[in-house]
Amino acid sequence: MQYSETVMEHFKNPHNVGTIENPDGVGQVGNPVCGDMMKIMIKVKDDKIDDIKFETFGCGAAIAVSSMVTDMAKGKTLEEAMQITNKSVAEQLGGLPKNKMHCSNLGADALQKAIQDYIDRKEGRVRKRPDEGLEHIDSHEKHCYCPYCDYDQPETAPFCVRCGKPTVEHDHD
Amino acid sequence: MKILYFDHISGTPIHPDVKKVMINYINNNYGNPVSQHSLGDAASEALETAREQTAALINAKPQEIVFTSGGTESINHAIKGVAMATHDKGKHIITSNIEHQSVSKSLRMLMRMGYHVTSLPVDNYGLVDPKDVERAITNETVLVTIMHANNEIGTIEPIAEIGKITRARGIIFHTDAIASAGVIPFDVDAMGVDLVSMAANQFYGPSGVGALYIRPKTRILPIIEGGMQENGQRAGTENMVGIVGMGKAAELAKNEMPQRIQHLRQLRQTWIDKVKTIEAIEINGHPTECLPHLVSFSVHYVEGESMILMLDEKGICASTRSACASGSLRASHVLLATGCDYAAAQGTLIFSFGIMNTMEELDRAMEVFKDAVVFLRNMSPLYKKKST
Repeated sequence: MQYSETVMEHFKNPHNVGTIENPDGVGQVGNPVCGDMMKIMIKVKDDKIDDIKFETFGCGAAIAVSSMVTDMAKGKTLEEAMQITNKSVAEQLGGLPKNKMHCSNLGADALQKAIQDYIDRKEGRVRKRPDEGLEHIDSHEKHCYCPYCDYDQPETAPFCVRCGKPTVEHDHD
Repeated sequence: MKILYFDHISGTPIHPDVKKVMINYINNNYGNPVSQHSLGDAASEALETAREQTAALINAKPQEIVFTSGGTESINHAIKGVAMATHDKGKHIITSNIEHQSVSKSLRMLMRMGYHVTSLPVDNYGLVDPKDVERAITNETVLVTIMHANNEIGTIEPIAEIGKITRARGIIFHTDAIASAGVIPFDVDAMGVDLVSMAANQFYGPSGVGALYIRPKTRILPIIEGGMQENGQRAGTENMVGIVGMGKAAELAKNEMPQRIQHLRQLRQTWIDKVKTIEAIEINGHPTECLPHLVSFSVHYVEGESMILMLDEKGICASTRSACASGSLRASHVLLATGCDYAAAQGTLIFSFGIMNTMEELDRAMEVFKDAVVFLRNMSPLYKKKST
C-alpha cells in the first residue's frame, strides 16, 4: 500500500464529513476531470472557525486531506487557519505519494477559498456563492486565462487546455 | 479473512497442475536446451513439448511459436521487428485508439524515427470499423496492429474481417491477443493474422513468459540478438521453468475452455445483474462481443481509487483505470475513446473473474461494494448536487 497509516485512518474514518446550513463561507477547488473535487464550508464565530464540514469526490489521498485540513482548521482563528498550507497538511498525514502531492493535495486551497469567501461577504463585496459560479475573469489583457497556470484560454473552455484544471465558470451579463 | 480475487485481467493465479509441472521441472532439470548432452536433450524436449502445447491453443504449428518474456516483449517484437524488416517498403502503420501502452508506446518510438501512424477511432462500444482500416491503407502501409480483445472494457474486435482486408492487400497484421488467448477460442488461420502476442499469466500460467506467433514468411527481425535460440527470432537461454508452465497452462486452457467460458459467463452476468440494482451505474463495452470474464462499469459521483481502497480493506481485489490510480494521472484513454465522459471514467471499476471464483463470493463482494458506494456517495459533492 502506497499510503501512510495516518492517511488510511483518515480515509476509512474521515472527520467533518457533511454540509453546513447557511454557511458563512464556502470554498471549492478541483473538478471531476482531474479526478478530485473538494468543497469546504465554514461557520465563523468571534473570528474563529466554529464549525467546518467538507464534501469530496476523489481518491484516498483527497479524502484523507479533506479530513485532516478540516481537523487542523477547526477552532482556529481565521488568521491562524490562513497559515495552513497544502504542505503542512501533507506533513500531518505522514506524507503523501509524490504523484498525489499536486492533484489531491488541495485541502488548504479549499479552506482558504472558504475563508476568503467569508471575508468578501462580510466586507460587503457582493459576490455570488462559489458553488453558483464565480465572476468572469477578463483582467488578463482582456483574455480569459487559467487561474492555475496563467495560460490564455478560449472563452468557452470548461477546463484549461494546458494543465487540465477547471477554469472558473464564465459568466456574462 | 479470505481474499476474493476479481482481478484476473492483471494476472491469474497459477493452476495447481501447472505448478506441479513447474516444480517437477525445477527438481529434475537444469540443462540448457542447446547443450549436446543428456540434460540438454531433456530440456530441449521439454521446450518442444511446451511449444506444441502453446501452438495448439491458437491452431498454429509449433515452429511458428516464439517464446518471449511476456506479452509486452511479444508486442515490442512484433511492431519493432516488422518495422525494421520492412523499412524499405514504407513507413506507415495503422492501429486503434484503444491499444495497450506496449503498442502505443512502441509506435510512438517509431514515430520519432519518421514513421506515420494512423490511429483509428472506435464506436461507443469500443469497436473498430474494418472499413476504416481499409480506408487508412496506403502504398506505404507495412503493418496493421489492432488488439483482439480490449483489456479494460472487454470488447472483442472484428479481427477476422480486418484479416481479410490485410491479406487481400498483402499487409502484415499483428493482433495483441493477450487478454483473450487462452480465455476464448483463437484460430490464426480463421482470423487471417500474421503475428499474435499472448501471455501465460492470462490463462493460469506463470507471469514473465509469453509467446509471439509468427506466420511463416512474415518479414520480421528479432529485437533481442545473440544466440540462435527460438529459430533465430529471440536470442538468450529460454526461461525453461516458465515455458513448461505456459505449455501446461495452454494445454489445460484448450481442453477446459468450453466449461471455463460457461462458468465465467455466469459469474459475469450475475455480477452485472447485481450491480444494476444500484442507481447510476453504467456497464461499459459491447453487450455481446465481449470477453466472458471481464466487466467494466462506471459508478457515477465517486472516484475509482477510493472504491478500490475500500474493497481492499475487506479483502476484495479489483481494479480501476481512474486517473488517480494510474501513474500518469490521466483518465483511461480507452474509456475516453468510447465517448465516456471524464467524471464517469474516474469512477470506473474493472472486475475480471477466474475459474476458481464462486457465486457465493459474488454475494459477499456485493455487500461490501454496496456499502462502499453509499459511503463515498454520501461524501461526494457531485452526488448531493444531483439529488437536491
